[in-house]
Amino acid sequence: MNTISNYIKSLFLIELMKGLILTGRYLFKRKITVQYPEEKTPMSPRFRGLHAQRRYANGEERCIACKLCEAVCPALAITIEMEEREDGSRRTTRYDIDLTKCIFCGFCEESCPVDAIVETRHFEYYGDVREDLYMTKEKLLAHGDKFEKQIAADRAADAKYR
Amino acid sequence: MLEAIQSALSFLPDGLVTLLIILLKIFALLLPLLGAVAYLTLAERKVIGYIQVRIGPNRVGPRGLLQPIADAVKLMFKETILPTNANLFLFILGPILTIGPAMAAWAVVPFDDGMVIADIDASLLYILAMTSLGVYGVIIAGWASNSKYAFLGAMRSAAQIVSYEIAMGFALVGVLLAAGSLNLGEIVTAQQGSVIQWFMWPLLPLFLIYFIAGLAETNRAPFDVAEGESEIVAGFHVEYSAMAFSVFFLAEYANIILISLLTAAMFMGGWLSPFEGILPESMLTEGALGLLLGSGIHWLLLKTAFFMFLFLWIRATYPRYRYDQIMRLGWKVFIPITIVWLMVVAAMVVGNVGPWFD
Repeated sequence: MNTISNYIKSLFLIELMKGLILTGRYLFKRKITVQYPEEKTPMSPRFRGLHAQRRYANGEERCIACKLCEAVCPALAITIEMEEREDGSRRTTRYDIDLTKCIFCGFCEESCPVDAIVETRHFEYYGDVREDLYMTKEKLLAHGDKFEKQIAADRAADAKYR
Repeated sequence: MLEAIQSALSFLPDGLVTLLIILLKIFALLLPLLGAVAYLTLAERKVIGYIQVRIGPNRVGPRGLLQPIADAVKLMFKETILPTNANLFLFILGPILTIGPAMAAWAVVPFDDGMVIADIDASLLYILAMTSLGVYGVIIAGWASNSKYAFLGAMRSAAQIVSYEIAMGFALVGVLLAAGSLNLGEIVTAQQGSVIQWFMWPLLPLFLIYFIAGLAETNRAPFDVAEGESEIVAGFHVEYSAMAFSVFFLAEYANIILISLLTAAMFMGGWLSPFEGILPESMLTEGALGLLLGSGIHWLLLKTAFFMFLFLWIRATYPRYRYDQIMRLGWKVFIPITIVWLMVVAAMVVGNVGPWFD
């Protein structure tokens, strides 16, 4: 009986018609396309985009060259060299992140004891040459200075979950 | 209008005038056809996009309307790469052999009463011959590319087209039995009267089989194993680029339009108005309303557009057939059904079964 009904169903294209009706209904559904440059989807304060180095309010850079981020980085994208400064504090002389290696996992930010290295909401960047995607200490600090307000607000918004 | 052109050119020798007029007719047909092909590609992307809850291309021109032109310009300026180990003569012959028959088949297509380039009595045979020739282009292209993917695609395509040719031919035999003529124009006029007279009712199984075989003939989804992106990258045209590549697509879409138009002409009354026999005769012939509701080319184009939409709709709905399933469907399902229904049609014709054959 079942075989016969299956035969009839396939012979009269019943299931195929059902499929057509289903896709036909989708033809008139509301479209979900986000027209990117004009429209953007909401973004979490935890978004992991381009890196930045932060400073304290008095202008002193936060990084103390503990090298925890370098150690935790799974892609080995971070290179740090350090030296004692004249005032006796521990500071980096070199802090590079190779964005072509970075996988944007956010471990560096998580491991940082002083919230010096952070990942920002900023993700629409590009590089004409490979060097453009090699972030040096100067570039990271400049990026941090430029978006400090946004970065601080994002940390504050996320603080109660940390 | 033709007479006016003829008399305006009367200072030229007779043969030349005939040639010029034939050329004029060809251009009058082919230019709109190529435009329709270009915009069918846009329609395809839009329709499939809408079915997938996307909006499709909308960046080039208002609502994406200039997209086909941008695509054409891009393809024309790209380099045609000729593979070193390809057989160059065959490699170039392939696309030509695909597009030639696809365009030539349009010579006998009637758009309205008498509106046809070549009104020959064997037009159905001619169309069958021309659409079958297209398979040579595919095979030659696949062979000349000297690539295993292209070769596999060509083999699949050849086997598929040849198998479905039979079912398609039998479906056409049903039509010519019912119409009593091989002339496409006469096939359409044989359906005159009312919607009930359309051949899609007495020949319903043949109608469906013809359309499905048409899907297979044009290598469209769900029968697109010849392209099979996920298995053999793009089938017979992997090695083609730029215009040589787009020529295959021109031919494919021209064939889609041709199959849609033939389905409309042979089974759904072609240019005949669906209001025939429902509304009073005077409403169909008088005034502006008569032009709209009465028989005319617009009905044929409307019906063709419906079938073209069906092509896109089907592509957006069904997954690709497995190769052995395609063969099973063609040989074990379609051919027996068409043969049985041919006998039924023959019996109906001999027995003068109304309302179609009395």
